[in-house]
Amino acid sequence: MNALLNVWTWIAVSAGAIFFLAGTVGLLRFPDSLTRLHALTKADNLGLGLVVLGLLPQTSGILDAVKLIAIWLLVMLSGASISQLIAHRVWMDSDPQQ
Amino acid sequence: MIDLLNVGLVVLIVGLAVWIIFARETFSAVVAFIAYGLLLTLVWAQLNGIDVALTEAAIGGGLTGALLVGAASRLRLTENSAQAEQSGAALKWLAAGVSGAVTSALAVCVLALPDPAPSLAQEVAANIDRTGVGNPITAVLLAFRAMDTLLEAIVLLFALIGVWSLTPDRFWAGRPGIKQSADPNGILAYVARVLAPLGIVVGVYIFWVGADYPGGKFQGATILAAMWLLVMMAGLADAPAISRRTLRMALVLGPVVFIAIGFLGVASAGAFLAYPGEYAKPLILVIEFALMPSLTLILGLLLLSAPQRAAEP
Amino acid sequence: MAGATLFGLCAAVLIGLGVFGLITHPQPLRKILAFNVIGSGVFLLFGAIAYRGAAAGMSADPVPQALLITGIVVAFSATALAVALLLRLHDETGSASLSAEATNKEPSGGHDA
Repeated sequence: MNALLNVWTWIAVSAGAIFFLAGTVGLLRFPDSLTRLHALTKADNLGLGLVVLGLLPQTSGILDAVKLIAIWLLVMLSGASISQLIAHRVWMDSDPQQ
Repeated sequence: MIDLLNVGLVVLIVGLAVWIIFARETFSAVVAFIAYGLLLTLVWAQLNGIDVALTEAAIGGGLTGALLVGAASRLRLTENSAQAEQSGAALKWLAAGVSGAVTSALAVCVLALPDPAPSLAQEVAANIDRTGVGNPITAVLLAFRAMDTLLEAIVLLFALIGVWSLTPDRFWAGRPGIKQSADPNGILAYVARVLAPLGIVVGVYIFWVGADYPGGKFQGATILAAMWLLVMMAGLADAPAISRRTLRMALVLGPVVFIAIGFLGVASAGAFLAYPGEYAKPLILVIEFALMPSLTLILGLLLLSAPQRAAEP
Repeated sequence: MAGATLFGLCAAVLIGLGVFGLITHPQPLRKILAFNVIGSGVFLLFGAIAYRGAAAGMSADPVPQALLITGIVVAFSATALAVALLLRLHDETGSASLSAEATNKEPSGGHDA
């Protein structure tokens, strides 16, 4: 049972790392701010989510697991709101009639 | 495996430091500085300093980063002339020589550190029961080296007075920062309304749990200050005018209580800031409760800088 | 204690980089950034020494770490004061440069003491 949980941790954290890598490649290679923001959200939601799901079997109690999920939700909240603010700014700067 | 992680962290940190020093754009250097602060937090976790990691994440990466981003944005218009200005080659060679000498001297010292390492952990462990707290770092900060913490609180207050003394005459007694008029139905106001209560709970928790586990009043006060700044940035509250008497009394309350308890120690236990007998834990609690609001206000106001608006008539 | 030595050498490199930035950058904000890099290098060196002092059931020597917390907070307050000085210079002279010809310009909006 323990070995199965460890395998799950390995798989999920590696998959999360792949999404982080994809998000970073998008940040470096996409042409403008809006597409780069879109790439970053993959790292926030899927990457961090898979890492958190992978670490859940390694926690030492229900409270630690709840804290990890709360961290994921807070990062998604701040990431989503900051993306909206940056995108709004980009839109205002690019459209002179606003 | 742990050594590989340490080597990876060191490579990333040195790379980010090179970016901070050699980047052309100021804003790019500031963003690298924020990432650098967050990576240093991981290094502190590796060095078994969880309290220091919390402080570095909150103050080193968070507050200092926000301060520098604000400064870079206010200086945005001077960016072109700033990039045009460059030092001469002679100065760069001299600087390279000096920095190389400093690095080599420090590297020699690091490699020549005495083995076995001297440590005060024994003395702390032997005396920690008399303080009533379980976290050895809190015991050192508030019992064994309480004088340092008192002077630190006073230095913070002096820095705030120094920042306020830079107010131009026409703005004296005004409010710091510009009037934020964010959309009350917009995303920033929504985040401030949702995140601030959570942040307050987390900040108070970190302050309270610092007695026995990693945490403490500096980290808690930083989180509370950050929530206050978020609420102000969303336009849901305005910065207080610096001439308000209640604000000034709240700022000095913490250090005054600390000094008073110090003199109480002279009367009852024979030395400044000595705690008599069984009253160590209650006195420490009183000091922490008095310092929390003062620290929160000082840290928030240091970030807002000198007033930029005239006082209302 | 190979970890402590590695981080100690990293701290030496960071301090050297910060000193280079402090001397070569003419702009005050970049000097403030370089100064903060020097500060964090010094703190890291302290932390490596604290890590080597692990004893008596504690995983690191708590006294240097408590001094580090004090140091980080005081470094932030010094940075805040430095940034306030820089912003006041900018408000008075319209430029953020310390060179003589830039600061002799006519101040932008009203002259106060």
